[in-house]
Amino acid sequence: MIYREKITVTSNERLTDDIFDLKFNTKNIAKDAKPGQFINVYSADASRLLPRPISICEVTGDEIRLVYRTVGEGTREFSRLQKGDERFVTGPVGNGYDTDFLNGNFKSAALFGGGAGIPPMVELSKRLDIKTDVFLGYRDVLFLNNDFPENVTVHIATEDGSTGTKGNVMDALRESGVTPDVICACGPMPMLKAIKAYSEEDVIKTYFSLEERMACGVGACLGCVCKTKETDEHSKVDNARICVDGPVFDAEEVIL
Amino acid sequence: MSGVDLSVEIAGVKWKNPVTVASGTFGSGMEFADFADLNRLGAVTTKGVASKPWKGNDTIRVVETASGMLNAIGLQNPGIETFIERDIPFLNKYDTVKIVNVVGKTVEEYVDVVRALNGQPVDMLEINISCPNVKEGGIAFGQDPKAAAEVTKAVKEASEKPVIMKLSPNVTSIADMAKAVEEAGADAVSLINTLTGMKIDINRRAFVLANKTGGLSGPAIKPVALRMVYEAAHAVNIPVIGMGGIASASDAIEFIMAGATAVSVGTANFNNPEVTMEIVDGIRDYLEKNEIRSVKDIIGIL
Repeated sequence: MIYREKITVTSNERLTDDIFDLKFNTKNIAKDAKPGQFINVYSADASRLLPRPISICEVTGDEIRLVYRTVGEGTREFSRLQKGDERFVTGPVGNGYDTDFLNGNFKSAALFGGGAGIPPMVELSKRLDIKTDVFLGYRDVLFLNNDFPENVTVHIATEDGSTGTKGNVMDALRESGVTPDVICACGPMPMLKAIKAYSEEDVIKTYFSLEERMACGVGACLGCVCKTKETDEHSKVDNARICVDGPVFDAEEVIL
Repeated sequence: MSGVDLSVEIAGVKWKNPVTVASGTFGSGMEFADFADLNRLGAVTTKGVASKPWKGNDTIRVVETASGMLNAIGLQNPGIETFIERDIPFLNKYDTVKIVNVVGKTVEEYVDVVRALNGQPVDMLEINISCPNVKEGGIAFGQDPKAAAEVTKAVKEASEKPVIMKLSPNVTSIADMAKAVEEAGADAVSLINTLTGMKIDINRRAFVLANKTGGLSGPAIKPVALRMVYEAAHAVNIPVIGMGGIASASDAIEFIMAGATAVSVGTANFNNPEVTMEIVDGIRDYLEKNEIRSVKDIIGIL
């Protein structure tokens, strides 16, 4: 079930130049929300008619936390939201990560987050009770690196080498010597491709959360598809809807 | 004033109210059932269905524009076999008129789908001769009156259901297109489909859409759509279903006054998945406030 709710902002803080941290309470959405799912946030300006899909960073009781990068006018509007402002949202959308399955079938996990792909790894790490290493990739300025649970080991890679490993998350993985049973990753396409090459070589089960331009955000318009290896059950062609069939996919099932 | 009559009749099919959804914006209703009570829609118009599964275009397929959006989905659909197994039984749970949108690359493909739907529990067919996002079929039939008439004739001969021809705005004279399909036997026309448009990403120095061009929809196209509905309604005697940027009850009433017997809500569903319910209620409120007994009393009053 996807709910449409009018929410009231409880806080909206700036974390870096272009990363913001939005919190609001929901009636039903938080109760059902899983890591890897997303929320559609609607603009107050009717000339921006499509919702902005933003991945869930954290769920605390009735509260949803979204950490997002400003990329255009829509997200810039959200960055100016203040406590008490109202917006419509729909959610939770998508399949999300099956944390019961991950906890029941693997001994250790490596979570990879690159840039705006970092937020969903926070809630995911909170719901894993197996040994978890998190690899976070940044250009330079850090965010959310202190928001992971204590039992999780956080590894940082920065492109400029200002913190942690100089390079990307794969460099940080090599440096750490970690050999995970399962990988969950969200981030830019070059990062996902590098992870896929690594996990295929070492035969490590891998899940990606994908993104694509969306329109309806609820599975109807077929705007946000990704190519699949096998014929998709819903579409009957080799395309799956990222919004509702994903955004989390088994890396073996999708073609990046 | 209570008990205003919202019902309309198109080609002998009675709708409980004049509001349906634009093909492709609503799936077959499944994805919107969390938000909208399909029983309260005058009709559900499905995503276009072809004789075989179509994979559609590459991504990026959609992009927002000022007060609108461009789409180039390319009519991805699972084919008529799956549609009959899955979508029709779903729609049958609801007390609403069922309109199946039909697509094809050749006249024969349209006819194959239409034949497969004979005997199925659907009420009307909408024939898409106006999709700007596929190379063959679609708009190729929708920009030439002779080709449009040819498809109309073939579909009418093959179908036991009333046939609505969906027209493209990407033509010189919408009146000529409407007349051509009326003469060929169409029971109704629906318009407008999207206007062909383009968006360029100046940083990537590339087209945003993989298909280069896409169909523009949303409030940005409403004045154009309204003018074309008015012209078509004055050119033909068959009912017109009006659409193009409708996002509120007042938008819908404008189209009805311009000559539309019914209206379709499309892109507005993406902005507010409950909008169709608000539009049905809003039309009723308008009639009550203005002491108009039936919505039929304001169809084409201008």
